[in-house]
Amino acid sequence: MNLDAFLIPPAETARRRGPHDRIVMSSRVRLARNIRKAAFPGWAKKAERLRVLELIQPAIAALPEMADAFFGTMDRLSALDKQILVERHLISREHAARNAGSGLVLNRPETLSFMINEEDHVRMQALSPGLQLHQAWAIINGADSALEKKLDYAFSPELGYLTACPTNLGTGIRVSAMLHLPGLVLAEQINPIIQSVSKLGLTVRGLYGEGTEASGNIFQVSNQMTLGESEAAIIQRLEKVLNQLIEHEENARASLLERKPKLVYNHVGRAYGILANAHSISSKETMNLLSLMRLGSDAGLFPELDRALVDELFILTQPAHLQKQHSEKLSTEERDLLRADMLRERLRLISRPVIPPPAAAEGGLDKPAD
Amino acid sequence: MLCSICQKKEATVFLTNIAGDKMQKVNLCEECAKAKGMDDPTGFSFADKLLGLGATQEIEQAGGEKGLRCPVCGFTQSDFRKAGRLGCPECYETFAEPLKAVLQTMHKGTRHVGKVPETQRQGHNLAAELKQLQQKLAKAIELENFEEAAVLRDEIKQVTARLSQHAAERPV
Ligand SMILES: [Zn+2]
Ligand SMILES: [Zn+2]
Repeated sequence: MNLDAFLIPPAETARRRGPHDRIVMSSRVRLARNIRKAAFPGWAKKAERLRVLELIQPAIAALPEMADAFFGTMDRLSALDKQILVERHLISREHAARNAGSGLVLNRPETLSFMINEEDHVRMQALSPGLQLHQAWAIINGADSALEKKLDYAFSPELGYLTACPTNLGTGIRVSAMLHLPGLVLAEQINPIIQSVSKLGLTVRGLYGEGTEASGNIFQVSNQMTLGESEAAIIQRLEKVLNQLIEHEENARASLLERKPKLVYNHVGRAYGILANAHSISSKETMNLLSLMRLGSDAGLFPELDRALVDELFILTQPAHLQKQHSEKLSTEERDLLRADMLRERLRLISRPVIPPPAAAEGGLDKPAD
Repeated sequence: MLCSICQKKEATVFLTNIAGDKMQKVNLCEECAKAKGMDDPTGFSFADKLLGLGATQEIEQAGGEKGLRCPVCGFTQSDFRKAGRLGCPECYETFAEPLKAVLQTMHKGTRHVGKVPETQRQGHNLAAELKQLQQKLAKAIELENFEEAAVLRDEIKQVTARLSQHAAERPV
């Protein structure tokens, strides 16, 4: 099957809603599984990887939730298609770099994906919008229970599910949430918050820190340990921390708007100004500025902006998605021009941020100039 | 600052990974960050990859006998330390000793708690039962309670037989 025909338009996925999705962009649960009597993919010879792929792929295909799924082997997908899958978070970049002997199975709504012969024989993931860890776990747990009837999993009573890397040993579970935390970043509270959250055996990651390496204010929180604790306990612990983070972020936003509204308006206004008017823009800058537009939208500064548009642009402005809309091969510079064209066009009908009446802002500063 | 992976190029991507009291900073050059999928925090396996990098460092320091080699897949101790990964599921037997310390620092516990495949549940229960009986037996011998020890030995024999029968019935 043709991948282009299969994939859902980003406009549609961007409209999916979930609890707390102002802050929690998505919830994921992934399980690592391997089969007995076969070398892990990183050590297996090509013939063995092919044998494992041919064993596992039909087993996944037979799952009721995978009716109508997309099947692909990594050697037959084009480099561009692989990159599209990476940009949609449906496969890892390392999987994209693989060829014969590795494969992908993806369900129709793009909420359930199986990477075959990535680092482990199977890495399966359920993805839900907003904060829905329990739902994501229920989905992936169901798929795993059905699959275990067909595949002889490498499992030891002592060590649990055996994985290529000891960091995944035991439950093989990685529960994670992708958070948008511009309030905590702008309020310069992100570091202490992360420090305190991580005392609870979770890890928080982002491309933040020294200077310019911002990241769209996006952070991933996940469990670190997989052995010695049950799936339910891991999920519960993560959820508790996520609820605290949501509260901290909401508080940071409210207090910024109350105490330093000009700081927020300035960031959001400049972001809008550049996105709506630039003629050349990199994907990194786009991501950082879209994050601020998203914050502005949450704060009610863009009355006619549907946040789904921002989320759609997060996807569409990435390199492979841009390339896909053009038949000739684009250079980085050409992509930067076309990205800016697209942003100007899509933001054409969005007016600049509406600043609330002076009563709600800092006293007097919003008076029009004479 | 040099890239933590290639140790050659200037690092431009700075990652901070905090777990408990441990704060791990990973500094990568543009190329290594891209190759590892570490330049995009929204990436599919961003978390996994970062944890994997940490594991490699811990495993490099793992001890154990030099000449270990997995009889099933041929993976050696030096492969293990270089890759930070194992060769096959059987490797967990072979490298049990050097892994012990690694698992202790890496995880909450060293025994699996959580989901057990239905097809192996019975075996899982039997294995747990066997372990308990063996502990009881050791205690009985220590206390010179030989009558109880004899009873326990019989039970162990039965459970062992059921366990091997179960193993033979597993799919594929
Ligand atoms: Zn490097
Ligand atoms: Zn092995």
